[in-house]
Amino acid sequence: MSEEPTSSQVSDSGLSRRGFLKGFGVSGAATGLIAEAHAQEAESAPKVHGPGEIPVTLSINGKNHRINLEPRVTLLDALRNRLDLTGSKKVCDRGTCGACTVLVDGDPAYACSMLAIEAEGREITTIEGLGTPDQMNAVQEAFVENDAQQCGFCTPGFVVACTAVLNQNPDATLEEAQGGCGGNLCRCGTYAGMNQALLDAAKSMKMKGGA
Amino acid sequence: MKAFEYAAPSTIESAVSLLGDQWGETEILAGGTDLITSLKQGITAPDRVVSLKHLGLNDITVDEDKGTVTIGAMTPMGALASDNTIARHFPALAKAASNLGSPQMLSTGTVGGDLCQRPRCWYYRNGMGLLAQKDGKSLVEAGDNRYHAIFGNGGKAKFVSASSLGPALIALGATIATSSRRIPASEFFATPKSESERETVLKPNEIATAIEVPLSGLKNATYEVRHRRGLDWPYATASVAFQANGGKAQVVLGHVAPTPWVASQAAAVLNGAAVSSEIAAKCGAAASQGAAPLSKNGYKTKMVETAVKRAVLIAAGLQAEG
Repeated sequence: MSEEPTSSQVSDSGLSRRGFLKGFGVSGAATGLIAEAHAQEAESAPKVHGPGEIPVTLSINGKNHRINLEPRVTLLDALRNRLDLTGSKKVCDRGTCGACTVLVDGDPAYACSMLAIEAEGREITTIEGLGTPDQMNAVQEAFVENDAQQCGFCTPGFVVACTAVLNQNPDATLEEAQGGCGGNLCRCGTYAGMNQALLDAAKSMKMKGGA
Repeated sequence: MKAFEYAAPSTIESAVSLLGDQWGETEILAGGTDLITSLKQGITAPDRVVSLKHLGLNDITVDEDKGTVTIGAMTPMGALASDNTIARHFPALAKAASNLGSPQMLSTGTVGGDLCQRPRCWYYRNGMGLLAQKDGKSLVEAGDNRYHAIFGNGGKAKFVSASSLGPALIALGATIATSSRRIPASEFFATPKSESERETVLKPNEIATAIEVPLSGLKNATYEVRHRRGLDWPYATASVAFQANGGKAQVVLGHVAPTPWVASQAAAVLNGAAVSSEIAAKCGAAASQGAAPLSKNGYKTKMVETAVKRAVLIAAGLQAEG
């Protein structure tokens, strides 16, 4: 149910109770960017967007992407289904497991619990933006060295969360670094390997002066 | 998820004008950590979502003249947890926020969202209704109620208030400012009697904008009995505040009733007493008086005693934060 809507769902978008909305300048699809609406608001009634697709600009891994999305699409679905950035995993889809963790303006956040439209104007970094197989960041390297995964589904979320906590506090103790992973779960229980990876990554980041 | 319209107005007035006057027609979006999941699960299916992201409301400011600290409703829980002013004056709030345990929740979840999030009751979250009634009977009473209320559960509502900050705000005598009025924190939460009611006194087209906490010099602390340090809700919480001589004591419990639960009989133990281990234990014992556990949550009664005892000792500086 939480995948992106099909076209039949779009046409069946339940607008029967919209009588109370009259008079607020209800807009159709493609009325322009939220930012433009924002600027115009002072003179006119506040803009309402959707429920159909509207253009949204997302800044992901340093690159701007302009895509048309319904307001209900989550950042995670936009990344995976529209932008082919499938490194962020969809596991619980309810903000409890951490597999979808991305950085929003440098802070870790659950991409499943944020609307894509809400991410407009923010700097999104996904696992793909942290490193590549040829050029891994310190955390990715340490995860490989320590075999810090089993099935691997939680791994991208853990790597992003670990990178965030070590970026923010390079001198983190193991306990502090573990606290940075308090919003992530590994059902395989590979925490021993991840603890060692955290320690190794912290050491290597301090030597190199960053992830 | 049902499709909805979206607006992100830049003034509180605009935001209010975009909200319907019936619950469920529209929803307010702050951090989204609760609402987005509820939308996906169809627990709420509004025609319009009004985002507060352009309203600001995310500062923590000190007014020395008025003697208050004002916390914007859109302040992230992590900002509250790491703020020096809050840590110095209101450790009860800082601890309640930092205990969320998930950096993702701390960066995204907001103070206003913490107060307005819906209950975590698994009957409610699985679509069986806020009051989980079937054929005139409570599913909670007959079913798995291990995380449900032990106080204030005589009516249909058996869930517990999910708010982390509510108990501490009541203990500290805070006031919640909304788009139209000011509400003492002690009067902000309400127990719904029907499916069409919610857990606060807010109206559907009313927005909580800020919290004012008086700088009254009260010693204060929060202690949560938790299963784990990471992301989870506590079993039982106690927030306490009192003067150095034990005066003006407040003891408020969390996660044990449909609202934060004021334990006035426990506060009476503290009033005017020099805090000691013995007094703290007595205070804890008094806090559990009147508990009415359901079939599977009797264990919470002892946790309330422990939470209160430890919160009192931490506030008095007789025990390190746990």
